[in-house]
Amino acid sequence: MNDAVRGAVSGLGGAEETRRRLMARAIVGLLGVAGAVVSIPILAYLLSPLLNPAPNVWRDVGGVDDFRLGEMKLVDFEEPSPLPWAGQTARTAAWVRRTGPASFIAFGVNCTHLGCPVNWLAEAGIFVCPCHGGVYYADGRVAAGPPPRPLFRYDIRVQNGRVQILARPLQLR
Amino acid sequence: MKYLQRVYAWLDDRLGISDGILAALRHPVPRSVNWWYVLGSATLVAFVVQVITGVALAFTYVPAPISAYESLQFITNEAILGSVVRGIHYFGASAMVLLIAAHAARVFLMGSYKYPRELTWLTGVFLLLLTLGMAFTGQLLRWEQNAYWSMVVAAAQASRAPIVGELLMRIVVAGQTVGGATLTRFYATHVFLLPALMFLLIGLHLTLVLRHGISEPPRAGQPVDPKTYRRWYQDLLKRDGIPFWPEAAWRDVIFALAVGLVVVLLSIIVGPPPLGERADPTLVQAYPRPDWYFLWYFALLALIPPEIEDWVIIGFPVLVGVVLLALPFIAPSGERSPRRRPWAVAAVGLPAVAIAALTVQGLRAPWSPNLQAQALPAAVTAPLQGSAAQGAVLFSQKGCLACHVIAGTGGERGPDLSTVGARRSREELTWRILYGGIGMPAYGESLVPEEVTALVDFLETRTGR
Repeated sequence: MNDAVRGAVSGLGGAEETRRRLMARAIVGLLGVAGAVVSIPILAYLLSPLLNPAPNVWRDVGGVDDFRLGEMKLVDFEEPSPLPWAGQTARTAAWVRRTGPASFIAFGVNCTHLGCPVNWLAEAGIFVCPCHGGVYYADGRVAAGPPPRPLFRYDIRVQNGRVQILARPLQLR
Repeated sequence: MKYLQRVYAWLDDRLGISDGILAALRHPVPRSVNWWYVLGSATLVAFVVQVITGVALAFTYVPAPISAYESLQFITNEAILGSVVRGIHYFGASAMVLLIAAHAARVFLMGSYKYPRELTWLTGVFLLLLTLGMAFTGQLLRWEQNAYWSMVVAAAQASRAPIVGELLMRIVVAGQTVGGATLTRFYATHVFLLPALMFLLIGLHLTLVLRHGISEPPRAGQPVDPKTYRRWYQDLLKRDGIPFWPEAAWRDVIFALAVGLVVVLLSIIVGPPPLGERADPTLVQAYPRPDWYFLWYFALLALIPPEIEDWVIIGFPVLVGVVLLALPFIAPSGERSPRRRPWAVAAVGLPAVAIAALTVQGLRAPWSPNLQAQALPAAVTAPLQGSAAQGAVLFSQKGCLACHVIAGTGGERGPDLSTVGARRSREELTWRILYGGIGMPAYGESLVPEEVTALVDFLETRTGR
């Protein structure tokens, strides 16, 4: 048995031990750097849905005459950046009310409490959330229940006799 | 025969079956180990069943919004025994949640988490959290209305977190809205990410169980002293140990088989949960509610005052997690027997009762308006005349019935009005209708005076006589 091996086996041999410790640290460090480098594209890829800013797109929801004055109507339209395989979930809905000859108002369907879809009770003239009983008036103000703020509004406009909504990402708070 | 023996001897030599696996299986355990000790192994068996049925389901399930629902319909209705496989996966998940909760409660009550098994407890806590994560992500893969809107609600809850809320919400939905990317995100999490973490942690958990041994059933007046426990435990094993396999394992096998039998029977007789309507963001007739294991939390959030919601939604899970993780460091030694730890018994008993009570409330969900309630029963409306009869019509038209019960019909969110005429004066009724309050909207803006009068006339007839 030569000296180096004996030193390694018995844990003696200061220089040898220092060399090995250095070696181990270099290996671990190298692996760490390699891991970090590989993580960059993976993390960026996984977070890409967060990094892409959503385009705001005007979506057609019908002709002006499809809406009767004062009537609250559920419309659906394509969300701003749907994936090709999103199917029905590429669409989203909004409550639209015609308030004048060429003026409209649009609300998101999500309750401002926890996001459940609010229902319009036409006869009663209120929105009711089926989850925890949040109630809103026709202008989106909170009438009762837990919602902390009025219904979210969409920008809506009339262009060449068509009603258009500015589609935006899901808004929950 | 001889040939087979030679093959086994060769494999044993090369694989180290006797030295490794069999030695581990035959590790000594205290003779006093009893039926309370079967819950952990049964949880493991449930996990294995989930992996196998999950892989089987993944052969057919297509994780894209266009086809997820259809592929589940196919599995449930057309694939040979597909409904049984889905049923086993569903009831297996339920069994696993129950078993891991019972296992954690057992370990806590018997003080098995104390020295030197602190890390066994910590890995177990993470496994418990991961199991709940699996339960939640799995429910969403059904991609029905309930699943879709549950994701929206989950995102809304995430968005309540201070500072990082918006970011958390975007991470949950994987982008701008609940859609194609959300489903694949939940799928990859449910099928790859969480199971991989669970495999790792189960390996670690079992290694630790072997390293520190199965805790002996506690005796009152025999506290854990870190200075002497290890030596004492080794002496106990030498003096009175039995090999786990097969002398203790038979109980585990019997119990796991019994659980398996129940799961299979339920999946054949009851079947998997019926699929609701396909996920559709444009259909507002939805009432998201979680599977049974989260109903209690759903009820808790519904019953607390809205002002403290932000704190509870984020704070409660964090608090529970911190308490569970800190436990072995708060109480690493001392008495193990539940007879000497009344607070430990209370700490399991009270939440258990609360969870049971909240689950019952969650099933009824009296805080939700009943938007399906359409009309009052004829027994109520038939005898009415004039203004009161008109009021009865208004009562269902104006949505009152969604929140108020009259003669057994209607929602339970507001008070039962079957006898309100005997309790309240005309003035009180009118005031409440006009101005609302206590969760009721003010109807002063949307009713004309004659309608209010008619409603009050009708309510006055509700005296219960």
